[in-house]
Amino acid sequence: MSSKTAKSSKADKGDPEEMWDLRLYTAGQTPKSMAAIKNLKRICEQHLPGRYNIEVIDLMANPRLAKDDQIVAIPTLVRKLPDPLRRIVGDLSDEARTLVGLQLRRHQESESA
Amino acid sequence: MDRASHPQLKGAALEKAPTGIAGLDEITGGGLPRGRPTLICGSAGCGKTLFGMEFLVRGATEFGEPGVFIAFEETAHELGQNVRSLGFDLEKLIAKNKIAVDYVHIERSEIAETGDFDLEGLFVRLNMAIDAVGAKRVVLDTIETLFGGFSNTLILRSELKRLFRWLKDKGVTAIITGERGDGRLTRQGIEEYVSDCVILLDHRVTEQLSTRRLRVVKYRGTTHGTNEYPFLIDENGISVLPVTSLALNHPASAERIPSGVSGLDAMLGGDGFYRGSSILISGTAGTGKTSLAAHFAHATCARGERCLYLAFEESPAQLARNMRSIGVDIEPWLKKGLLRIEASRPSLHGLEMHLARVHKQVAEFDPKVVIVDPISNLVTAGSELDTQAMLLRLIDFLKGHGITAMFVNLTSGGGSWEKTDIGVSSLIDTWILLRDIELGGERNRGLYVLKSRGMKHSNQIREFLITSKGIQLEEVYIGPEGVLTGSMRAAQEAREKAADIERRQHAERKQRELTMRRAALEAQIKALQAEFAAAEDEAKVSLAESAAREQTIESERERAAERRASTARTTAPRQTTKGKPK
Repeated sequence: MSSKTAKSSKADKGDPEEMWDLRLYTAGQTPKSMAAIKNLKRICEQHLPGRYNIEVIDLMANPRLAKDDQIVAIPTLVRKLPDPLRRIVGDLSDEARTLVGLQLRRHQESESA
Repeated sequence: MDRASHPQLKGAALEKAPTGIAGLDEITGGGLPRGRPTLICGSAGCGKTLFGMEFLVRGATEFGEPGVFIAFEETAHELGQNVRSLGFDLEKLIAKNKIAVDYVHIERSEIAETGDFDLEGLFVRLNMAIDAVGAKRVVLDTIETLFGGFSNTLILRSELKRLFRWLKDKGVTAIITGERGDGRLTRQGIEEYVSDCVILLDHRVTEQLSTRRLRVVKYRGTTHGTNEYPFLIDENGISVLPVTSLALNHPASAERIPSGVSGLDAMLGGDGFYRGSSILISGTAGTGKTSLAAHFAHATCARGERCLYLAFEESPAQLARNMRSIGVDIEPWLKKGLLRIEASRPSLHGLEMHLARVHKQVAEFDPKVVIVDPISNLVTAGSELDTQAMLLRLIDFLKGHGITAMFVNLTSGGGSWEKTDIGVSSLIDTWILLRDIELGGERNRGLYVLKSRGMKHSNQIREFLITSKGIQLEEVYIGPEGVLTGSMRAAQEAREKAADIERRQHAERKQRELTMRRAALEAQIKALQAEFAAAEDEAKVSLAESAAREQTIESERERAAERRASTARTTAPRQTTKGKPK
């Protein structure tokens, strides 16, 4: 974990223009899904302006992807890039935890510490 | 739970989905509740996954019910490898669209929870898998892994509840496996949500030997066997051994088969054992139990029937050599394939495995006679109670197949003769007891038939001789001095013979005396008769003489009278009439 963190923080530092590839899995137009999409967009605009890409996948339309991408909980946010792959479960309403999960907050924390 | 959705409860008997697992359907009266979830719980390594997998494979191959396996712990590839040892070709079934396997990977370190969520992803996957193969059966193994992946147990619990509800609505027969928890059936208490049928698997190790057991804890709406049933996992899958729930309905053959020892057959009403009966030979060490068993095996093979000999003490070669020394050559039968000797140490496997081996061998070899030599050693592979239960099942199994079973039991000295250490005597039809008779500084073997159901058997003790030409039974000497055997019997017999000769000689002497006396008497009689004859002759002569004399006297008298008449003729007539009648 520590080495991974070090690597990713280095990557964040070294390449601030790195593109973030995010994928959000939902199942139908449920309130949880809608909330997740809304929250994700807000967080990205705030922390990753201009360098993020969000793909929303509705498993009701593409059930096969649930198996292929190992999705159990809904909504699930997967950070495909930058490495390593991260999964965040929930409607992203807890912004602090979302940032930690996406390793956006950890970077700042390690700087302040 | 909601009873409105279970019309079966009100109406006819609960519909059941057969598992195809040998023995389980007998215990549960037909299988698992159809269209409902069943919880299989147990500690690690007790066979939950295999149980679930066999349920699916049997369903797909034997009952035309495709299935879905949701694996939380192993990948499809690993599962396929694991169940191949049970003889299941999972890859083939997957390729033929009979079974779908979905590996649900949950790695806590990869997951962060950021708010409200549900397990819709799992539902989607399950639904897709069910639709893909048209599944009627579903296995979730082990769903509790979810609790390791997510920290919000409140959501998990409500989602699991929803999942089980959903499975019921789907109408699939489901197995949910769960790890056994402290004081509870499962760690997370999911037995609360699965209330229709709960089966507990157990894997206990006692004295370094493991025994798997199964118990139906709960089965709503049906009767079921409540015992703990041992089960085993071998290359044919799981088999539960529910013999105690079987009825006593073996066919009883009236056919008799010889024991291989003619003296023993004679003791058993002349014809030997009943086919399909169970025979126990018990005795202390060195009383010839194995020899007797070998005779039986020999006789069986000589009839052209197959015999399975389970040897727990001797190797096949040793057995063959030893038996050759007493004139029983079993080698040809081994070569011909009529005799199979399965030698193994009793402690090699647990009891269930031994039983399973017998099952397998019987299925493969189809013997008419099975000999277990000795059963007393099996105690080392389990407790006394377990051994008894195992033997009961074995006897039942063999009887059910019409196989004559001979069990050899070594009795430890000191105890009662009429007792087996394992307490199987009541299950036995014919019980032959071999015992030492210590007498006159010798140790000899005695044999008697303690019981033999359904036949008139001898109540005599026979002396049991092991000669280079096989076993011979001799009548023992029973007299005022008690039972005599061995050289004392021989001596007694010699003494009796001598006495017999003496008696005969005495009689002959008497006979001779009698003849002589008769001869003497007869001679005497002859002499007397001769004497008498002589006397008679003499008497006759004297009578004749006296008669002659009388005549002479008469004539003399007449002449004198005549003379007188001539002298005095006038007075004479009276005297003449007087003399006339002469």
